[in-house]
Amino acid sequence: MEAGTLRNPVLRARRNLTDRIGDPLLRGLSGLAAALAAAVILGIVYEVTQLAWPAIQEFGLGFITTNDWNPVTKRFGAAPFLYGTVVTSFIALALAAPLSVAISIYLTELAPRRIRRPVATLIDMLAAIPTVILGLWGILVLGPFMRDTIQPALHGVLGFLPIFDGDPSAFSYLTAALILTIMATPIITSVIREVFETVPGDLKEASYALGATRWEMVRQVVLPYSRPGIVGGSILGLGRAIGEAIAVAQVIGGATLINASLFHTGGTLAAHIASQFQNSAGLQKASLAYLGVILLAFAVLVNVVARIIVQRGRIKDVDSGDLDLSAAATQAQPS
Amino acid sequence: MSADPHTLLLDRGNLERRRRVNRAVEAVSIAAAVLAVAVLVIVVGSVFLKGVDALSWHFLTTPTALFGEAGGGISNAIIGSAIIVGIAAAMAIPVGILVAIHTTEFAPPQISHPVRFVLDILNGVPTIITGIFVFGLMVEGDKQSAFAASVALAIVMLPIVARTAQEVLALVPGSLKEAAHALGIARWRMTVRITIPTAAGGLITGSLLAVARVAGETAPIILLSSIVGQGNLTDPGEALASIPYFIFQASESPKPEAHTEAWAAALVLIAFVLALNVVARAFYARSRNRMGA
Repeated sequence: MEAGTLRNPVLRARRNLTDRIGDPLLRGLSGLAAALAAAVILGIVYEVTQLAWPAIQEFGLGFITTNDWNPVTKRFGAAPFLYGTVVTSFIALALAAPLSVAISIYLTELAPRRIRRPVATLIDMLAAIPTVILGLWGILVLGPFMRDTIQPALHGVLGFLPIFDGDPSAFSYLTAALILTIMATPIITSVIREVFETVPGDLKEASYALGATRWEMVRQVVLPYSRPGIVGGSILGLGRAIGEAIAVAQVIGGATLINASLFHTGGTLAAHIASQFQNSAGLQKASLAYLGVILLAFAVLVNVVARIIVQRGRIKDVDSGDLDLSAAATQAQPS
Repeated sequence: MSADPHTLLLDRGNLERRRRVNRAVEAVSIAAAVLAVAVLVIVVGSVFLKGVDALSWHFLTTPTALFGEAGGGISNAIIGSAIIVGIAAAMAIPVGILVAIHTTEFAPPQISHPVRFVLDILNGVPTIITGIFVFGLMVEGDKQSAFAASVALAIVMLPIVARTAQEVLALVPGSLKEAAHALGIARWRMTVRITIPTAAGGLITGSLLAVARVAGETAPIILLSSIVGQGNLTDPGEALASIPYFIFQASESPKPEAHTEAWAAALVLIAFVLALNVVARAFYARSRNRMGA
């Protein structure tokens, strides 16, 4: 790859001045830009920790388990928001991941070739909708629908569970989780669809040749082959759901205590920062930054894990010899 | 389980059940795709139906009224958004493309892989955290400014621009580069005259998608450019209004008139973002054709 740089000093001296300056200049400039990207990451970690420092000193690690957020008594804790973040983003993941797999099966195996690209584009467009607009829609359309239709129905059938107990409310964990599902689905789908498309055609045809139905082929060839992509894509979607501040702040209602019922108002790390940061000062602002430190750790961890899983899957593509094709055949027998 | 291959092909009588399962799964897949497209249609449809009535020339060309009064417009928010996003793009697009040039043209794998990783991590940082970072950097002890918001949005854009640019630059045919090398052209000249023009369509795509992404970004703006004065302001040194923040504020209001204005502003924003996406895809298609990929 070093073809453009001349090692021979005589030849190098014969290059004109612009080339002698241009090469190191572009190399240096672009290297600087790359270093800047790394510096921004470090800067973010440093600056957010710096802002949170008074709260870190005041509350220590006990902050994480304190179920309180009281500006009057100056007692702040992350537990209500950690709970809200975990509950809403895992519900979103539990809904979005299977949905994305189903959509990807449709887009790669079922849909007529002509409409694959348009449908995929439409689903990508879902990811392009600004989250503040999803939040607006959540407040004025989805929230009232949840309160009047979905929540009473869930309560009627599953009301004996504490998570479906309590009065219906337009602003709730559940509404936030659904908005996050809408956000995460196109992201997860685009990863899974791409992975599904890399499944070798001869493996699929072998499965069909053994008499598998389309679903049996998908279950025994496409899904096992794509497992790292499915897991990695889902975790990427989870990362997006964990970090979303605005849409969640709009629909979750802003309660500052843990509540078992999904119909109840609540808060998440990101949403609480977004709604309170502007109007707080002193220890409260530092505590919000502390929530930010926790959120950042969460988000980075999730992203690193997802990338590693997706990357591993790519490397595994090279030797897919361990794929158990005999499973497709045995399925044809009565169980 | 190892079975005699011949017995596998016999119909053992459960074919009907297997076909039923297959049909059920196909139906679920189709339903999932229909659901996703339906949600898009419902959201965009809601915005259009509820926003189109409030949308008028007056609404687009009048600044927001004093707090609590109806009858204002969003001209100040449109101007503010254009300035904030414009400055962010001017910072992030050149830097992002430079990062991509470094990893694809200059850096050895020991460097380009970590840089890629850093970009992915940066892409995963929640935008509210980016907001806190820039708040600590530029606003604390000083005042809010549109420029601070631009810096935050530029940080959000950077990994998007750089990652798409990396992918596009990697698609530039090796034969073109080798031809340039064979002619003894310096590396920087080859990059500027051959690699970048060949990849231009894709680079524009990545940049437009990044602009579309941050045009609707609200979280950093709440922290960095939300306390704004009256009228059509243009100085990036002070806080400026923006469309996403206008929508956010109006959506939190209990008044129905505010909601109507929020829908109308949402219609403006969604039309801009979706149009940008469509244009970006067109550039990408053209670029792929050009590179024969």
